[in-house]
Amino acid sequence: MLQLFKFKGGVKPDSNKTPSVQMPIGIAPLPPLLIVPLHQSIGGKPNPLVEAGERVLKGQLIGGADQWLSSAVHAPTSGTVLAVEERVAAHPSGLPTLSVVIEPDGRDAWIERTPLDYTALEPERVREILRDSGVVGLGGAVFPSHAKLAAAKSVPMEELIINGGECEPFMTCDDILMRERAEGIVRGSGIFRDLLKARRVLVGIEDNKPEAVAAMKAAVEKLGENFEVIAVPTRYPAGGAKQLIRVLTGKEVPASKRSPEMGVQCFNVATAYTAWRAIAHGEPVLSRIVTLTGNVEQPRNWDVLLGTPLRDFVALGKPKSDTDRYLMGGPMMGFEMPGLDAPLVKATNCIIAGSPKLFPPLAPEMPCIRCGACAEVCPHELQPFEMYWFARARNFGKTQEYNIFDCIECGCCSYVCPSHIPLVQYFRFAKSEIWSREREKNMADAAKARFELRNERDEREKAEKAERLARAAAAKAAVKKAPAESVSEVQTGDTSVAAVAAAPLDAEAVKKATIVAAMERARQQRESVQPKNTEGLTVAQRKEIAEIEARRLPLQELSALNADAQSSQRKK
Amino acid sequence: MTHYLFIIIGAVLVNNVVLVKILGLCPFMGVSKKLETAFGMGAATTFVLTVATGASYVIDHVLLAPFGLEYLRTLSFIVTIAAIVQLTEMVIQKTSPLLHQVLGIYLPLITTNCAVLGVPLLNVANKYNFVESLLFGAASAIGFSLVLVLFAGIRERVEGADVPVYFRGVAIAMVTAGLMSLAFMGFAGLDKYQ
Amino acid sequence: MLTAILIMALGALVLGAALGFASIKFKVEGNPLVEKIEAILPQTQCGQCGYPGCKPYAEAIADGEAEINLCPPGGMEGVRKLADLLGRDVKPLDAEEKPKQVAIIDEQTCIGCTLCIQACPVDAIVGAAKQMHTIVESLCTGCELCIKPCPVECIRMETISENIDNWKWKYPVIELKRVA
Repeated sequence: MLQLFKFKGGVKPDSNKTPSVQMPIGIAPLPPLLIVPLHQSIGGKPNPLVEAGERVLKGQLIGGADQWLSSAVHAPTSGTVLAVEERVAAHPSGLPTLSVVIEPDGRDAWIERTPLDYTALEPERVREILRDSGVVGLGGAVFPSHAKLAAAKSVPMEELIINGGECEPFMTCDDILMRERAEGIVRGSGIFRDLLKARRVLVGIEDNKPEAVAAMKAAVEKLGENFEVIAVPTRYPAGGAKQLIRVLTGKEVPASKRSPEMGVQCFNVATAYTAWRAIAHGEPVLSRIVTLTGNVEQPRNWDVLLGTPLRDFVALGKPKSDTDRYLMGGPMMGFEMPGLDAPLVKATNCIIAGSPKLFPPLAPEMPCIRCGACAEVCPHELQPFEMYWFARARNFGKTQEYNIFDCIECGCCSYVCPSHIPLVQYFRFAKSEIWSREREKNMADAAKARFELRNERDEREKAEKAERLARAAAAKAAVKKAPAESVSEVQTGDTSVAAVAAAPLDAEAVKKATIVAAMERARQQRESVQPKNTEGLTVAQRKEIAEIEARRLPLQELSALNADAQSSQRKK
Repeated sequence: MTHYLFIIIGAVLVNNVVLVKILGLCPFMGVSKKLETAFGMGAATTFVLTVATGASYVIDHVLLAPFGLEYLRTLSFIVTIAAIVQLTEMVIQKTSPLLHQVLGIYLPLITTNCAVLGVPLLNVANKYNFVESLLFGAASAIGFSLVLVLFAGIRERVEGADVPVYFRGVAIAMVTAGLMSLAFMGFAGLDKYQ
Repeated sequence: MLTAILIMALGALVLGAALGFASIKFKVEGNPLVEKIEAILPQTQCGQCGYPGCKPYAEAIADGEAEINLCPPGGMEGVRKLADLLGRDVKPLDAEEKPKQVAIIDEQTCIGCTLCIQACPVDAIVGAAKQMHTIVESLCTGCELCIKPCPVECIRMETISENIDNWKWKYPVIELKRVA
């Protein structure tokens, strides 16, 4: 038996997981409308590749990854694109984000799927496939998985950790996935292992999910893998990547390092499952398991298409009449969905219907009594009461001195605070203020650099102009000085004019030939130059360019005609 | 040896220049808003005060006392201190721009620090010899820095507190200083074991 | 009496000579304060402070010639930081505080005169003579210097609205409810 370690802090809230695992995963029916946001992962925003009115097939690429750290987005079903426009996002701000609105046609017709044998492919190619299949961390952080699939150069990958911790209360989507689709998870983990060349694979599952542990063990045995499936003590947040790494390996990932530099990497079970579907079945990420629980008649896990509006999804669970809000994510780290029109996205692992009874309104915030309870439960060994004090006073420099950016916003501190202080909200506020200041500072620095470059250029141009003028003046003076010499020059010039006159036809032909040659050269040059900024344009932009080109074409022909006419006239 | 120890402890804690002798209050109130600046001010003052006590001892014993000119003490001490501060600033600015940036505008401010004048005068009154004078000067300066840093730490925290509107700023700082002074008075109890 | 005067004069002379010597020997060029002040200024180079750019204004502040409340793009926040750095009192801003803006060229009206290109301090406008101009939004500092030179008044300022990328978590507000 493997020696387990402990992480500091943590809490034990009521798990409330049982109601939603009574029934197997349900396949959610096709909603009347799908709203697929393009930016569903950390990193660059994918560009829309479709436009309104276009017909799309299930699995068709609708948003292409625009840089290495980005992830593609696909049409979850076949149908017609109604619009590519700003729609309310599944984001605490409730602000709109560019989304593709698709009306399903009900046929659910797939694109051509090509299963691949990843062992025959270059690792780099496999990562590209994962990126273009939209595989991201489905634990909720939605970090593009391909970017995590490279071992550090100097440190060999010791352990690959498959995270089935799922420590948030209410949430059971990973639990049920492990129970029902364990084989896919194990196969996906195998892909990750081969890409990372990890020596060991550890599957960490909280010990309040014995069925999942058993299912995973059975799947590992059946596939003949040597993965270790380990039940870890149930304690929130044992499912946090850094916490699980600590529990299983005893390694502590410092703030300044990424986990591969410690020879360990961590993936969620659902991510492993989707990676396997993407490689071995050619199916991009189109749906995910979402727990629907809380104040509903039928709590259950649903395999639901990404982009399903919240309204259609919650109807599946028959929310009770006193439901007044819906949380996305768990009760510890989740946020309130901005409205029923917001769609489910890759980050949506759980929807909890809330009611005043289930989540009573927060007690009023009382002054901090510096009891230190928050520091005791902080899994990152921070001092939340100090960070709170300075965040409240908007002294952001001090919050950074207390390492606010190591905070994972797990909510343990708010959970135990006897004064009911919403500590995490203060930390989020401080973090976003610091980020915005950083952005402004960077912009100011860039503006300063540009201003200085511009001033430099101005000076240089002025100096050059002065120099030119001076040279011109000097040349003029030189010409004036030597009028006598020019007489002889004029004479030689006369002879050359005579020579031209002697062979007028010849000269004209030569001239024409050179003009034609020059025009030809210019044309070739024009054609050889490729416009550089035309990659990764949106459909709308490309359409605009095509329109402009179409408008220019007759004009170009006209000018060419004119030129022809002129030259022929001259000939006459 | 214990004699020197008593001078040090006496100057740092029991007879703290700021909180017990109530000297050098302007930098104490003025430069204690941030911990970093308090450190800078403390370092600068420690340096100048130590040099000034040494210099004024020499002036007193070489220039003034032999000619019976003790009544010019205050005047000559002030001039010397001002000159030393200026000189130090210029030298530091040239030799170590980094240190100068840390000490920054606090160096010239020391000229007006009454503790820097008070300590050499106390040296004379206590009839300390050269080593004792230097020790007393350095220890007083350390006491000053200690109190300044403590006070800055408290003020940084007070800034985040829900202070009643009319108490904000200098008012609450004065109250805090008063409480600190009371606390330091407690060190007078060490006297018993002297 | 005479000895007193002599000794004091001697002291003054020695100290004065030492200081004078030091001021020549240890002369330092430039003022490190200027850099610190400039780091606080928003670098819009807009000239609204009455100085031709952020650096001249920083120099003026360092020399004690200018007030610290003349920079509208920096806002009250900037004034507070400057006051903190220089140990001066916080003063209300000398102008209205505006939200962050960017300039937009109405491309239909633009006649391609290049006047705005010459006015832009950060080279954020692209275009050529008799060709349409446009503003590179991400580089625009919102200084408004391009508005005046435009002969056809085709440049307008637009406030940068809150979007999902620059959205910030709000300060937690505790609702106070009156009890009875």
